[in-house]
Amino acid sequence: MTSVNLASPHADALTDAGAIEGRSLWQDAWRRLFANKAAVTSLVILAVMAVLCFLGPTLLPWSYDAIDWDHVEGIGPDMESGHYLGTDSVGRDLLARTLFGGRISMTVGLLATSVALLIGVTVGAVAGYLGGTVDQLLMRFVDLMYSVPLTFFVIILMVLFGRNFALMFIAIGFVEWLTMARIVRGQTLSLRNKEFIDAARAGGAGTSSIILRHIVPNVLGVVAVYVTLTIPQVIILESFLSFLGLGVQEPMTSWGMLINEGAAEMETNPRTLLVPALSMTVTLFCLNFLGDGLRDALDPKDR
Amino acid sequence: MSTVFDIRDLNVRFSTPDGEVAAVSEVSLALKPGECLGLVGESGSGKSQTFMAAMGLLARNGTASGAVHYGGTNLLTANETDLNKIRGDRVAMIFQDPMTSLTPHMKVGKQLGEVLIHHRKMSAREARAAALDMLKRVHVPEAERRLDMYPHELSGGLRQRVMIAMALLCGPEVLIADEPTTALDVTVQAQILDLLREVRVQHGTAIVLITHDLGVIAGLADRVAVMYAGRIVEVGDVRQIFRSPRHPYTAGLLSCTPSLENRVTATALTTIPGQPPNLQRLPAGCAFHPRCVKVDDRCRAERPALVGDTACFKAEAA
Repeated sequence: MTSVNLASPHADALTDAGAIEGRSLWQDAWRRLFANKAAVTSLVILAVMAVLCFLGPTLLPWSYDAIDWDHVEGIGPDMESGHYLGTDSVGRDLLARTLFGGRISMTVGLLATSVALLIGVTVGAVAGYLGGTVDQLLMRFVDLMYSVPLTFFVIILMVLFGRNFALMFIAIGFVEWLTMARIVRGQTLSLRNKEFIDAARAGGAGTSSIILRHIVPNVLGVVAVYVTLTIPQVIILESFLSFLGLGVQEPMTSWGMLINEGAAEMETNPRTLLVPALSMTVTLFCLNFLGDGLRDALDPKDR
Repeated sequence: MSTVFDIRDLNVRFSTPDGEVAAVSEVSLALKPGECLGLVGESGSGKSQTFMAAMGLLARNGTASGAVHYGGTNLLTANETDLNKIRGDRVAMIFQDPMTSLTPHMKVGKQLGEVLIHHRKMSAREARAAALDMLKRVHVPEAERRLDMYPHELSGGLRQRVMIAMALLCGPEVLIADEPTTALDVTVQAQILDLLREVRVQHGTAIVLITHDLGVIAGLADRVAVMYAGRIVEVGDVRQIFRSPRHPYTAGLLSCTPSLENRVTATALTTIPGQPPNLQRLPAGCAFHPRCVKVDDRCRAERPALVGDTACFKAEAA
């Protein structure tokens, strides 16, 4: 019998010349992402914004809900009193409120997206992989949920459970997972018939381990992109709900509420509209750029 | 003689929008321990589906009837849990395309290790050591380094070696190789066949070699079964069949193989006239009769059963 030996002297020479390091899809993606100037800039701005929003309020002389009785009329930027961007019409520090609002908006964005991610990926992968009746039931439920108007849904929740912070991102998460589930299901359908899934089954892997080890990791690329685009959507939704008075409650605030308040006095005191509106716009811009960059990085073939 | 893997009267049907397709009909095959059985046939002759059905891997619209026995279990009626104890552990399978048979996001070492963690309840460390050992045994050069590589970083031949290593990890009694060399280039093919031969000798694994390449069969198999239109038309010892095929289809297949002795002239590549039949509209009588050189009225009217080793009226007469 001839045993084959591929380890020829040439192969050794080749490896000595330069060891080839294993690079995963994600490492490759990071590399491409970091080559993308818009994405990197966005990432930096987002990081700065996050640090400011989460640490900033504690460093400022005024807290977001403290009323400065000397300046209840709403003043402009004033270094002496510590209102670096002025106050609103009831004398609360605008910078502190904007940063605090940002904290709430970002938290809602992240948490609601996580809820959406968890439910969406689970439902999508299970429906796509199992197919048949399970798929039908889950996807028709998704269709049903799609047809429920969001504001109506939120108002019912508010009536049933009262207004509270947790409720809002549960409500938003419950709406946002629908699209996620559809995307993941579509991806799963195309993965399901790949040979490596057959190979895993032939190797004795059970349904749950195939979904967790072989399906989910392979859809994460698409999911990651969708997540970066969902976060801004959720922030906008939260603003929209807060704008309607269905969101967080005074004296807590979010960007949406601040914009609402600012809009009321934009003729007399335009800063109260511009500061939160600008912060939010910049954040959303950056998230979208990042999502775009991530999409290109993960899927360089069809740019 | 004892059998390790016994397929009895297997039928596979697919329901399609155009009606039901009989992909495999009345196939019976028995595999002895340590034997290599070749299964040849054209595309769509049902050779892959026979074993996909046996492993419970049929597509959703497929149904299988009959029986497939392994160690006292009927694989066709076993539940998923029992099936998963056998699949990958006692009966392993390697697929045609090593490019797509490995999960792309998982490092080779981890992928190999999973099998052992799953079936043998090994720790991650033990599994890695065993995976490394197995990669060395299938002659993967620089095995240690390959453990931390992703499948896309390996060549086709290496990937097929990894697939074979994965199939062998639990020391299966039966290895089903579904066109293991079709996607590889010729030199690599030879290496993989050498490897399979070695596996058989060293591990005593029974191998089912599904292929359309007669050369591969001749080099490796002890027995060969020829399939046409979902049925076995001839089965027997490799040497005997290659020397004196009894079924006209087998004879046709063999004469299509160019050989060095009969120099191929410009137009001389022999073919079997006609095309394989549409499985939904099988001709009456013998499925091969429209293409057969020895056809007569009886062949057109009546389907020959597999008598002895051959399903052909002419062979009986001879």
